[in-house]
Amino acid sequence: MSTTVLQQQPPTRPQQGSLGARLRAPGWYRVLWTTPLSFGFCFALVTGIRAISVYHPVLDPTAICTVSLMGVPFGFLIGLGAFDYWFYWAAGRPTRPEDHSGHGAQSWRDYFRVNTDHKVIGIQYVVNSFFFFFIGGLLAMLMRAQLASPGSQFMSANSYNELFSVHASLLIFLFVIPVFAGLANFVLPLMIGAPDMAFPRLNALSFWLLPIAGVLMVSSFLAPGGAFNTGWTAYAPLSTDVPLGQTFFTIAVQFAGASSIATALNFLVTIITMRAPGMSFFRMPLLVWANFSTSLLVVIATPFIAASQFLVLLDRALNFHFFDAGAGGNVIMYQHIFWFYSHPAVYIMMLPGFGIVSEVLSVKARKPIFGYRMMAFSLLAIVVLGFTVWAHHMFTSGMQAWIRIPMMITTAIIAVPTGIKIFSWLATLWRGVLRVDTPMLFVYGFLAMFTLGGISGVMLAMIPIDIHVSGTYFIVAHIHYVLFGGSLFTIFAGVYYWFPKMTGRMYDETLGKIHFWLTFIGFNLTFGPMHILGLEGMPRRVADYAAQFAGLNMFISIASFGLGLSTFVFIYNMVSSWRGGPRAVSNPWRSMTLEWQVSSPPPVFNFDAIPTVVGGPYEYGVEGAVHGIFQKPAVEAGHVGGGGGGGGAGGDLGSAHGPSRE
Amino acid sequence: MRDRRLILQMVAFFLVGTAVLLFIVLDVVHWFPPAVTTQAKNVDRLYDVMLIVSVPIFVGVVTVILFSVWKFHMRPGQENLDGPPIHGNTRLEVVWTAVPALLLMSLCIYAFTVLQTDEKKQPNEMIVDVTGQQFTWTFSYPQPNGKPPIKAFELYLPTNAHVYFRIHSKDVIHSFWIPAFRLQEDAVPGITTSYRATLTSTTGTYPIVCAVLCGLGHTAMRSDVHILAPAQFAAWEKQAGAPVAATPGESPASLGKQLFTSSTLGCGGCHTIADAGTTGTIGPRLAQVLKGRFHKAPFILRQIVTGGSSYVVPGYPANVMPKTFGSVLTPTELSALVAYLQKVSK
Repeated sequence: MSTTVLQQQPPTRPQQGSLGARLRAPGWYRVLWTTPLSFGFCFALVTGIRAISVYHPVLDPTAICTVSLMGVPFGFLIGLGAFDYWFYWAAGRPTRPEDHSGHGAQSWRDYFRVNTDHKVIGIQYVVNSFFFFFIGGLLAMLMRAQLASPGSQFMSANSYNELFSVHASLLIFLFVIPVFAGLANFVLPLMIGAPDMAFPRLNALSFWLLPIAGVLMVSSFLAPGGAFNTGWTAYAPLSTDVPLGQTFFTIAVQFAGASSIATALNFLVTIITMRAPGMSFFRMPLLVWANFSTSLLVVIATPFIAASQFLVLLDRALNFHFFDAGAGGNVIMYQHIFWFYSHPAVYIMMLPGFGIVSEVLSVKARKPIFGYRMMAFSLLAIVVLGFTVWAHHMFTSGMQAWIRIPMMITTAIIAVPTGIKIFSWLATLWRGVLRVDTPMLFVYGFLAMFTLGGISGVMLAMIPIDIHVSGTYFIVAHIHYVLFGGSLFTIFAGVYYWFPKMTGRMYDETLGKIHFWLTFIGFNLTFGPMHILGLEGMPRRVADYAAQFAGLNMFISIASFGLGLSTFVFIYNMVSSWRGGPRAVSNPWRSMTLEWQVSSPPPVFNFDAIPTVVGGPYEYGVEGAVHGIFQKPAVEAGHVGGGGGGGGAGGDLGSAHGPSRE
Repeated sequence: MRDRRLILQMVAFFLVGTAVLLFIVLDVVHWFPPAVTTQAKNVDRLYDVMLIVSVPIFVGVVTVILFSVWKFHMRPGQENLDGPPIHGNTRLEVVWTAVPALLLMSLCIYAFTVLQTDEKKQPNEMIVDVTGQQFTWTFSYPQPNGKPPIKAFELYLPTNAHVYFRIHSKDVIHSFWIPAFRLQEDAVPGITTSYRATLTSTTGTYPIVCAVLCGLGHTAMRSDVHILAPAQFAAWEKQAGAPVAATPGESPASLGKQLFTSSTLGCGGCHTIADAGTTGTIGPRLAQVLKGRFHKAPFILRQIVTGGSSYVVPGYPANVMPKTFGSVLTPTELSALVAYLQKVSK
């Protein structure tokens, strides 16, 4: 679907050539045999070791399944070609000259293979993420149907436990975290004037690890005993004792975590080494700062959730006793290790959104971001402080009482840099020339909703309040105000904002506004009352509740169905606009940042020549201000502002000029 | 300055909005169940303080957003207009860093004092051992003079008592939460956790809820706390320590049905028996699964009730039936329950 302007020599495609060639070439044909082969390998490995050590039963489906969950995905990845170059290189063979045949997209097929183009990968990420967003949302609809009235509606308690566990896991690991990575993947290299990410092959591998994780999580419903059902938090010792479905989660998290870490490394190296000449750190757009900060969080914290799940896996599969109280294990240790990642995880799920807000807000208010330096420093402050607050998830865990006090203080302090950001964005709005289109509506909604989520967060920091509401619907309310009203609103803002750049088409603005209002109203009606439910005494993760909560639950369920319906407006808009929306110009928002100075969609290799950055990215209102200079002045940019300079003064390969569209 | 009129309008809107919203959240919305401990009253007061601090912040943010959109949105003809290049204002930034920091630190100090007060050791504490297991709570009252502890399935407490709960778990993590107390703590296998509660003079029955996912029966893991006047509490203590006797002439099966349906034992929370009118869906429907199977084998039924049987109904996980009933039921009660199960599964 994306067009390419430059093309190298015709790429070899596995569709051409003999059957043998197709089966040997990287791609889905090869996957067809490498995947079963890897299963056979796992089977043989497990059964062989059990036979040699005379460990009965020698043929054990659970053990085979556990090892296969780890091994078969590698068979898939190898077949698809994610490791091809590295295998050749490691084997000492002459590496094939890079013909860029794995780069760029001419047809939809290119989105289903190992592709090294960050723009293709970005779209793969975003589409994959929304696919799992849809599934996770569907699970939520089933949950709310069950909770509409007291008593059991149509499912067992066990099924309900499975639903909320898979719902949260999919939305966290397969939606929020990767969709931000995907948007940044597409936008960030363009924004810093780079031809691609630092490690394009690693980038491709990072993407393909994700559908694996998603398939693992969803297919756990087919496991004997059902899907994993211990919540996305999977506390031991409950999680060490439940049936096989839990192992699907344990291992899926490893793949999602690996994807996240590899991408973060890629971003760090790209940002540090591949910025265009003249783009100092303090001339970087705040989206770049945000992804830089997020990547630091990811590389440091993610190994800890990997550790927590590995320890659970060892307890389950090999009878270790890490979390077995009767055998000298330490039950609370699981929570420390888990939350040491999972608290930074919530900042991983928010900071890129902060970056998106800065980009959208500045352009659509036609003003520089107020307090740019403090905005950058507050991101770094959140990174550092984010590692000091994890035990606020454990105030009632039975850990040593003294830990609660410093954790309360650090948790309260982290509201300061966050507050600085909210106030700075508000100050940016002040006296601007404000658009009120779909991306901006989501930004306004975010500012208000995230403030509410932050307020409930500060309430939760106060230990005596948290003691009362821990494990209740107050927590569910807080989570959804910051993740839905916070992260998801920024995701929608970013998707709408960069939709023209990514697809070359404009979305339908009316449908966008309808989507926003349905979402905003449905969201508040669904999650607002949950604060009351929690304080009044309704715990979370329950398939049924006391009769006194019936009224509010029915109200919430109906509201949530409305919220679910709003998704269809969004999907319809995205699909129909992508296929047949009006063509977009290169810079419909009249932004100064570099990604808008190339065509929509961008050329395969981004820039004819790397631009030179000579000023800040948000110099709206300054006569003649320029952010990036391109070497080939084609048509002069045309002074597009009564109040000040537009973007790059150079030519680009697309139709950048002409009336700006809003 | 040129913004003056606008700022005055915003301040007016802010003040009105804050007043209205404060009225709603402090006086209209009913947030909490009854407060029956001093800790509960302290928590409720802390929450009110948080509301008083939070509402102006939220209203302030919304005021700026709404007024900005109203006053500064792009008018026709302004499509190519940019805003003024304001990069920052050091004084303002210092203020909005320092003021929140001070505010938050004050709140932390206040919360800390509440915590200290709430958790302070009291004189004449009454100790209650709480045990959580999948999926029931049991309570044990240590007795003086070497007497055996009193055991119960529901919690009974006298008014104005200083209670010290020692909390244990037999299997996985649970959380012992009493919303009316505003207190909870996890029950963790391998260690003993605890918390203190000081009751007020309010009597009544309030729910006990498990607030940490503990498996299949988490939803049903509930109990009740009965707060009684001292005289009634003493009466309860007396009869709780004594064995149950059936009313004269009552058949064992009839006593068994009473026990089965009593909230004290909680059988109905997990099991459906049409005859008993219970509708729990966590565990097997007893009349069906026991039908024609064990109704002539009271010994096996006894094992099933006390959790010592290896028989697992197909489709259900093993080791879910709590194993406590053997120690809480007297032999008379156990026989009565078994008699009732035999009757319904004929």
